Amino acid sequence: MSREAGRRERPTKGSRVAEIRNYTMNFGPQHPAAHGVLRLVLELDGEVIQRIDPHVGLLHRATEKLAESKPYNQSIGYMDRLDYVSMMCNEHAYVRAIEKLAGIEAPIRAQYIRTMFDEITRILNHLLWLGARALDIGAMTVFLYAFREREDLFDCYEAVSGARMHATYYRPGGVYRDLPDAMPKYQPSKWHDAKDVARLNSNREGSLLDFIWDFTERFPGYVDEYETLLTDNRIWKQRTVGIGVIAPERALALGYSGPMLRGSGVEWDLRKKQPYAMYDRVDFDIPVGVNGDCYDRYLVRVEEMRQSNRIVRQCVEWLRRNPGPVMVDNHKIAPPRREEMKADMEALIHHFKLFTEGYCLPEGEVYAAVEAPKGEFGIYMVSDGANKPYRVKIRAPGFAHLASLDEMAKGHMIADLVAMIGSQDIVFGEVDR
Amino acid sequence: MMEFATHAWNALPAWTQLTVFSLVKIVAILVPLILSVAYLTFAERKIISYMQVRIGPNRVGPRGWLQPIADVGKLLFKEVIVPAKANQFLFVMAPLLALAPAFVAWAVIPFTDTLVLANIDASLLFILALTSMAVYGVIIAGWASNSKYAFLGSMRSAAQIVAYEIAMGFALVGVLMAAGSLNLREIALHQAGGLHQWYVWPLFPLALVYFIAGVAETNRAPFDVAEGESEIVAGFHVEYSGMGFALFFLAEYANMILISTLAAIMFFGGWLSPLPPAWIPSVPVIGALLGDGVHWLLFKISALLFCFLWFRATFPRYRYDQIMRLGWKVFIPVTLVWIALMGATMFLTPWGFIFH
Repeated sequence: MSREAGRRERPTKGSRVAEIRNYTMNFGPQHPAAHGVLRLVLELDGEVIQRIDPHVGLLHRATEKLAESKPYNQSIGYMDRLDYVSMMCNEHAYVRAIEKLAGIEAPIRAQYIRTMFDEITRILNHLLWLGARALDIGAMTVFLYAFREREDLFDCYEAVSGARMHATYYRPGGVYRDLPDAMPKYQPSKWHDAKDVARLNSNREGSLLDFIWDFTERFPGYVDEYETLLTDNRIWKQRTVGIGVIAPERALALGYSGPMLRGSGVEWDLRKKQPYAMYDRVDFDIPVGVNGDCYDRYLVRVEEMRQSNRIVRQCVEWLRRNPGPVMVDNHKIAPPRREEMKADMEALIHHFKLFTEGYCLPEGEVYAAVEAPKGEFGIYMVSDGANKPYRVKIRAPGFAHLASLDEMAKGHMIADLVAMIGSQDIVFGEVDR
Repeated sequence: MMEFATHAWNALPAWTQLTVFSLVKIVAILVPLILSVAYLTFAERKIISYMQVRIGPNRVGPRGWLQPIADVGKLLFKEVIVPAKANQFLFVMAPLLALAPAFVAWAVIPFTDTLVLANIDASLLFILALTSMAVYGVIIAGWASNSKYAFLGSMRSAAQIVAYEIAMGFALVGVLMAAGSLNLREIALHQAGGLHQWYVWPLFPLALVYFIAGVAETNRAPFDVAEGESEIVAGFHVEYSGMGFALFFLAEYANMILISTLAAIMFFGGWLSPLPPAWIPSVPVIGALLGDGVHWLLFKISALLFCFLWFRATFPRYRYDQIMRLGWKVFIPVTLVWIALMGATMFLTPWGFIFH
């Protein structure tokens, strides 16, 4: 009897217990899949995501404000550090903004060099993205393969600028210096004997262009390797096909750009639609996705690597045939050669003025954008006629992409969330600025 | 002196002698096992390194050979942190619960025809019972940690291990149908006569299901959702440090070796040579090498363990619900169909000899 009574009581008691609420979980900022310092507050129902609240700003370094307090040229280095895996593309947007406002144009050889290094940067970025993305989904070998190739490309960076990542190579009016005729070489050490070193140096005997050419010969084979591991892999497809679908209209409305937009099937690429540098003179295709899911974005980026390789080859061919200046002759913008300074008073004054005061740009405002590997990277700059910008606004593609994470991930599982963050190619240097 | 020792030994009661003997045998199994676990971690790091065009650990000792020792030393001296509001008793118990079954199962593993600690009749059942115990360690660890990540990991793990336990059990049912015995030693002996007699051929789908289920049971890639590094960080053992973590690690690798050993015994003839006895010459050294012996078992275990490492370097990780789908909708039907087919063939047709 007492049992019966207990049973009858249960519904009222049970209904209170059975009322399962969603629970919140903190994801990051210290998380292996957070791609830096992303913090998400997840509202979960079991493992299914109900709502995502991205918290950004943990890597905020006030780049815009810093740029407003310094002569124009001294901020180029900050641009490298925004999206720290596509360094030279960021520089490109910044120097283009200055050139536009100053009304100067870089010599054609410099433009070709910029085009080539933009594409090298794109390969660098996509390699890191591919590796990190595969690692997020659990395939760790691709990561190390990608880093093997990145090493060669960093050597190219090092050869032209002396720095392996933060190059500060592009300058208003051209590039810092012409491509070197010799590559840095390995030296015998405790770990590598003379024979080893000879093998390592075999593609470094010629100029930088020869080295890059050698890389472009090998690179399509490497991309095939990555694709063998991933593209037709059943697990990879199960994890990415139909995950994080964004329709083309939504992609446009959300302010997508770059591979994210093209993955959704919108044919939009600044290199084709608003050509800058030498993109109207080189031959390349832009891949476009169909379904707008993680898998399509993966395919788009992989194909972009192949296309970048194509562009780099065309640039190498042109650069081999056409020597010439890589910097404008205008010493109000570009410093004179050190040799000239020894003999010429004028040059010395120019040098002094440039490295202390910098140069002043005419009053006005300007927006310059490039197709960075992650999307449209833009610099909006207001000048009040002084030697530093009045205001700099950086348009980072990753910010818009991250903002759509909630819409993308609703109803998916935690494991898919990781796949989606990976497919967005987020770098916090530019999101948080 | 020697005489005195013998005398003292004989003076001990029989049960004491038995206990001492058993303890010595247990130590003789466990010490090599723990050492192989240590060097399995080293092998894993080295093999995966070479697959990934890098060198791997090469700093501690000659060519890195002391790396596992250094790792153990580091883990021993690390602080064991018990999270606030964690259930302390269960938190400490969980690694032990994970480790104990992984070790106890070795009691019934036959290393050769005669070399076995406990040659019990139903050793296969014993193994099944113990491997299912291992899930408690994982569940309790996740629950006692008082962390959502750990809890998610243990829930995933529980569902996964239960699903794959069933597929694994069915795969083993096929083996015992073929051998007509639950004793591991007899199962291995039924495969005598060379490579073509091994159960891997008539029971190929079951062998495949068994091995894949084994990978899933041990939470190894591509089924490592329970500790999914990039999703729930380390899953059930996210809150463990120092020795607590080391014990989980030990258990995972001991389980890997156990699964490989069982696969070697049940499908690849255990310690039996792949050559038919007639082909083995009676030359002193070569004959012993080619003939049956524990070295064949070790070789087979190593080959299977290599597959574990190879998978880890190659495959992306499954999603949790996809693992469930694979377990329930693919593996269990496959094993069921094959068992039914086997039974029908053995009892209704004259071709039963295919399965022995």
